[in-house]
Amino acid sequence: MLIQEQSRPGRMATAQAPLDMADVSDLPAGLRRKTRAALPEVSELQAVRHYTRLSQKNFSIDTHFYPLGSCTMKYNPRACNSLASLPGFLARHPAAPESHSQGIMACLYELQDMLRIVTGMHAVSLAPAAGAQGELAGVMMIRAYHDARGDTARREILVPDAAHGTNPASAIMAGFEVREIPTGSNGDVDIAALRDAVGPQTAGIMLTNPSTVGVFDCNIQAIAATVHEAGGLLYYDGANLNAILGKVRPGDMGFDVIHMNLHKTFSTPHGGGGPGAGPVGVSKRLEPYLPVPLVVKDGAAYHWQVEKDRPESIGRMTAFGGNMGILLRAYIYARLLGAEGMRRVSEYATLNANYLLARLSNAGFTLAYPERRASHEFIITLRKEAKEHGTNAMDFAKRLLDYGFHAPTTYFPLLVPECLLIEPTESESKEALDGFVEALIKIRAEAKDRPDLLKQAPHTMPVRRLDDVRAARQLDLAWRQAQAQD
Amino acid sequence: MSNIPADLNYTESHEWVRDNGDGTVTVGITDHAQEALGDLVFVELPEVGKSFAAKDACAVVESVKAASDIYAPVAGEVVAVNDALDDAPETLNADPYGEGWIFQLKLVGDDPAAGLLDPDAYQRVVDDEA
Repeated sequence: MLIQEQSRPGRMATAQAPLDMADVSDLPAGLRRKTRAALPEVSELQAVRHYTRLSQKNFSIDTHFYPLGSCTMKYNPRACNSLASLPGFLARHPAAPESHSQGIMACLYELQDMLRIVTGMHAVSLAPAAGAQGELAGVMMIRAYHDARGDTARREILVPDAAHGTNPASAIMAGFEVREIPTGSNGDVDIAALRDAVGPQTAGIMLTNPSTVGVFDCNIQAIAATVHEAGGLLYYDGANLNAILGKVRPGDMGFDVIHMNLHKTFSTPHGGGGPGAGPVGVSKRLEPYLPVPLVVKDGAAYHWQVEKDRPESIGRMTAFGGNMGILLRAYIYARLLGAEGMRRVSEYATLNANYLLARLSNAGFTLAYPERRASHEFIITLRKEAKEHGTNAMDFAKRLLDYGFHAPTTYFPLLVPECLLIEPTESESKEALDGFVEALIKIRAEAKDRPDLLKQAPHTMPVRRLDDVRAARQLDLAWRQAQAQD
Repeated sequence: MSNIPADLNYTESHEWVRDNGDGTVTVGITDHAQEALGDLVFVELPEVGKSFAAKDACAVVESVKAASDIYAPVAGEVVAVNDALDDAPETLNADPYGEGWIFQLKLVGDDPAAGLLDPDAYQRVVDDEA
């Protein structure tokens, strides 16, 4: 039930009520509302119960193992939240002058620096407000670089077929054409196909390494050389940075641009689709094009660098300085870990993934790339189970919910049929991993003996199997007053 | 078992091609393709009048699982599109070789089967994926 549907005239939640009527006399008359906003009128207790119940319906990292591949659903340490909530941070107005913002600017400056060092890049901008925006900033910088050199025939971005769908979308948004590069049977980029594809039209390649199939591309040096020799640039999608944090640096692999998903690798909350942060790092030749603002240090003082200081910048991605609260949480997380802690993140993330991979393989599940070691994630394919029992990957995923586990990523990447992409992260205990393996083994036994149990799952959740086809065909996204009166 | 009509030609990317005998061909996606994609929720049709080379991406189908490009099986100019799919993409699942056709091309070349697979060859492609 929506909270609007509980509304009754005259009810009121004192805790949420404003202390005074707002004075709107300084707003132009044409911009003021003619009618009252259709806000729900409920008691304080109703509001508390409504949102508490909603939160209980959720799977979250605070309540369940959440091995959602390619998403890095790791624990968000409470210290990051409590320190980022200090009144000095919370109460700062985004338009406060530099002289009143030195503390937070020091944090941002240091975060720029730590991200720069851990990725091996030349400079970092924190401006993009999400991973996809970081991608867009990255390809826009590639375009700005070629355009500034008069190299305007470079209009094609190469994207491996295992890439995140956002990669080709970002390239198209920045005005490029996309050419797909196939993946070889061992999970690496097909290097011969890449050599055939590069040329004077190549602006760059967008690559995730480790890739979305969960393996570290052994040919990364050859890929970098091939693209660079053709005059293109290398873009690193930081989605899988958790696997190599503190161990291998994209800058050392030859990448020219990288975006980082702070909500993945640096443990800021994923909740509700945002807010996120997708800082970008660049090699020296792309530095002039970084999105603004940047924080620079002059003696003991921190300053913003904006459009007038960086005339070649691709511009702003967001208002003010980006998602400060998220950047702060990532900063605190990075400071709590230090360089040594970051190495432990990737060591345990890959150890946990390889432990799960070995246990599931020993239990008879089919690995998509059996000859490869997992990075921080890996793929099993349920083709055999689908063929023999008619129970597909989605049925397994839904049944896992009944066992108290969030499902892994299903049906991605597209090139592996009936796949589950499993990423345990470094946060989980051996007991949690063992419990997940046991659940999958039980579900496979159910698939054989009682396949309907899987096909109708989940059985224990607040909602049963949703009609996602109808949901996609008949979008119903916004509540309207009229619906309440129907 | 997916249905592979004997009177059509096919591509490795799972389009079917019907020779209309008048210099045009009708194109859709195969039964195997609609089965693998699952329930379709959206079809992006090409523009009438636009020309494509063989293997150019020219339309998009989106299911609850994935969005996939549809490629022009042969070079040609789009002369008709199945507008009914805008409102009823599920037709593609229900009747992939009939009401679920996607577009028609006026051929650039003379051979409506140039570079295409015959039903037996397409059957082998499907078998290899199973």
